[in-house]
Amino acid sequence: MSAAGPVPGCDAPPVGVDGILRERGQREVFCGLTGIIWLHRKIQDAFFLVVGSRTCAHLLQSAAGVMVFAEPRFGTAIIEEKDLAGLADANEELDRVVTRLLARRPDIRMLFLVGSCPSEVIKLDLSRAAQRLNTRFMPQVHVLNYSGSGIETTFTQGEDACLAALVPDLPFTDDQQLMIVGSLPDIVEDQLTRLLVDLGIPKIVSLPARRAGQMPAVGPNTRYLLAQPFLADTGVALDKRGGVHLPALFPFGAEGTTAWLHAAAQAFAVPEARFQQVIASPRERARKGLALYRERLAGRRIFFMPDSQLEVPLARFLAGELGMELVEVGTPYLHKGHLIDELAALPPGTRISEGQNVEKQLDRVRSSRPDLTVCGLGLANPLEREGLTTKWAIELVFSPIHGYDQAGDLAELFARPLHRRDLLRV
Amino acid sequence: MQLTVWTYEGPPHVGAMRVATGMKQLHYVLHAPQGDTYADLLFTMIERRDHRPPVTYTTFQARDLGSDTAELFKSAAREAYDRFRPQAMIVGASCTAELIQDDPAGLAATMGLDCPIIPLELPSYSRKENWGASETFYQIVRGLADKALKPPAAVGPDGARRPLANILGPTALGFRHRDDVAEITRLLGDLGIDVRLVAPLGATPADIVRIGEADFNICLYPEIAAQACSWLERTFRQKTVRTVPIGLNATREFVAEVCAAAGIAVPADLDQGRLGWWSRSIDSTYLTGKRVFIFGDGTHAVAAARVASEELGFKVVGLGCYNREFAREVRTAADKYGVEPLITDDYLVVEDAIAAASPELVLGTQMERHIAKRLRLPCAVISAPVHVQDFPARHSPQMGFEGANVLFDTWVHPLVMGLEEHLLTMFRDDFEFSDAAGASHLGHAPHPAPSGEAAGAGNAMSAAPAAVAVAEAPAAPAAAEAGGWTNEALAELGKIPFFVRGKARRNTERYAAEHGVTTITRDTLYEAKSHYAR
Repeated sequence: MSAAGPVPGCDAPPVGVDGILRERGQREVFCGLTGIIWLHRKIQDAFFLVVGSRTCAHLLQSAAGVMVFAEPRFGTAIIEEKDLAGLADANEELDRVVTRLLARRPDIRMLFLVGSCPSEVIKLDLSRAAQRLNTRFMPQVHVLNYSGSGIETTFTQGEDACLAALVPDLPFTDDQQLMIVGSLPDIVEDQLTRLLVDLGIPKIVSLPARRAGQMPAVGPNTRYLLAQPFLADTGVALDKRGGVHLPALFPFGAEGTTAWLHAAAQAFAVPEARFQQVIASPRERARKGLALYRERLAGRRIFFMPDSQLEVPLARFLAGELGMELVEVGTPYLHKGHLIDELAALPPGTRISEGQNVEKQLDRVRSSRPDLTVCGLGLANPLEREGLTTKWAIELVFSPIHGYDQAGDLAELFARPLHRRDLLRV
Repeated sequence: MQLTVWTYEGPPHVGAMRVATGMKQLHYVLHAPQGDTYADLLFTMIERRDHRPPVTYTTFQARDLGSDTAELFKSAAREAYDRFRPQAMIVGASCTAELIQDDPAGLAATMGLDCPIIPLELPSYSRKENWGASETFYQIVRGLADKALKPPAAVGPDGARRPLANILGPTALGFRHRDDVAEITRLLGDLGIDVRLVAPLGATPADIVRIGEADFNICLYPEIAAQACSWLERTFRQKTVRTVPIGLNATREFVAEVCAAAGIAVPADLDQGRLGWWSRSIDSTYLTGKRVFIFGDGTHAVAAARVASEELGFKVVGLGCYNREFAREVRTAADKYGVEPLITDDYLVVEDAIAAASPELVLGTQMERHIAKRLRLPCAVISAPVHVQDFPARHSPQMGFEGANVLFDTWVHPLVMGLEEHLLTMFRDDFEFSDAAGASHLGHAPHPAPSGEAAGAGNAMSAAPAAVAVAEAPAAPAAAEAGGWTNEALAELGKIPFFVRGKARRNTERYAAEHGVTTITRDTLYEAKSHYAR
């Protein structure tokens, strides 16, 4: 199918000169606060305190799927009517809440004050609050701030904002080192680090580290690889500290992972023979893992609703390594710089859309009837009821999908709904 | 500011969504930023709804704040109307939009949309979900009800007609609302009463217009319908049936109240289900005096306390609710059972209260289910907030006589069964029976004990340290090391069923302190027991 052509059954959408469809309207995506769900597991002695409304607290709870931990390392300072009356009071209240929280949780070493829609609108200055609190709580607790508000951030941009907030305070180093940027499941981070060590790269660090006290240093001899496609601001912040970005495909699938590692190998002048020797066997494993699913997925048509900004790299992987056809690749935000290689690797003419008007986009889903639609949890069951098979996008964010040894698992996530569809007789 | 970890209720606009999503042909235009659409997944995932909630979110962004968010609202409302052609629209703001004061109500009123527009004022910074649902339903009823309509004549050309009732209160995402409505409709049918309207669940705005055509209203969920029912009472002179039919006795009273409102006699041969006999049968003797802690929304908690105490013979050791609007009802009930009412929406406080009360069963919400899991206590869920498990495939009402049957099963099954309990007590040292092995029916491995209180006691349990009793968790460090206990006394303490062990320990230590006993022996334990038994 010629994906970029006019869409049957509805008005031709407004495509820009760059061939990208840009829409606005209702968005069916999470706000940046949602990143707290995985970030608080990643940084094991950090607490995320949202300064927001009951809606924010309810969102976190709902997005977390009622994972009630004894006392999770996130919470909400819910703004009440009396806080709206005077900002001085709101600051005092915030200090009171933080003091009480830190007294209760002496294990906390890093506290993120996370801005929300209401705190942004009432212009509660959380960076000043963080400064003020730091004078009281350093060095026991380092207080930082970022915004995860829906008026400024979409879903994974919350992680970007969080990591970008960490960068200015990272220590300085002159060492030659490679930094992996983006929170990955620990097991995946370890796998990728082992491969990079085997390549002979002298020092490998990760941002974020697993503990507040172990955040990596950065400097002019730091080269960094982005492990996630949604880290625009973090990249800018690292550049300011002298870091050098290594552009590459993102490490999804056998080819993506190879290209990602290769960028590091080249930057650190690893001999090509050694590179090939190190990756030969894991790449072979990945290809074997993918072969199992290629048969099921090749030729199937897939539609990505915008969600996590993982859409473009995943579409590249699914088209390039599994032979899927891309009907539309929607993304909430397209960072052309970080995605330059990914965009080039997409099949020519792929329809890419940025932003969202959910009703119009659903019209396109219905008229093109893809075999698989990747979408948020609010849309999945309604589309299934219409006879369309769906894949929850959020599972792609919560599952280990990067690197060679997860390539097969990643393919399986897309194959499972189709397999289930074929399996059921109900 | 209030530090919140987990919340029992969402913001008030989520209450409005529960009403809108329960209804048909109604559309909600919500002035809200990106991200507030998370609420859709509550309905599509938790309740497995196969349609999106009928909500349009304006999705304003930071860059819109300087320009014209009001215009954005108007275009969203216009597009929603054109696309969905609802019979009526409700319009309002979420927490952030409330701050920018665009006045969705005023804007919508000037747009000339060809359907009734019902404005909602839901103060996000002071109110919560149940209040939002109640206010929304009230505004819809007030805005749409045709005051000229009356019930049809009692006697028509075909003779006397059956009495007509409205069932008010059920919404989307309600705890067992779907099944309660089916059950109560069936019960009313058995009584010879027809249901004129169920609302909000399943009703269209056109149905609400004719709400005055019933003889009386049944306020099935007071949290949501009480306000609307009072208005209907004043406006249409419709009586309100206020007894909530949860449990056998409440259902009997409900039937009597319904029949009185309908002006008919209570049938003598009404099938009253099995709870009564099941509870009187001797196998249930072991239920006597089981300590139960109850927490939920006010209505469900009060009803559960009555069932637990009157109909199952449990002892209520804790009672509370998270919705302050119903604090008075809960206080009255708590007074009746001689317990301190717990009115809070801080789940950490609830957790502490449960641990301190050392109950044998927790009846609560999904939050208490998690608390109970951590404390290794049996638990049954009796109230919203809901979880995907609260929408079973099978019919599983809480209300009516069948609902009472369901309560019996779901509350009794998590408990250790009669003879099993005796065996546990008799053969406490048996390695398979010991509480370190965990109750067979709870299905999860016991936690290793942080402080083995039976350790060193020289019995079989020292090999598998006693799992920690609930009640001891909060008091743990001091109590476990408290001096004065002989090994012999500690071993004896270890033989006491774990759910009362914490209490036995505290009572014994208190007794020792009050009576100047410095060394707690096995005898002290039993002296304390007889002292506090008086």
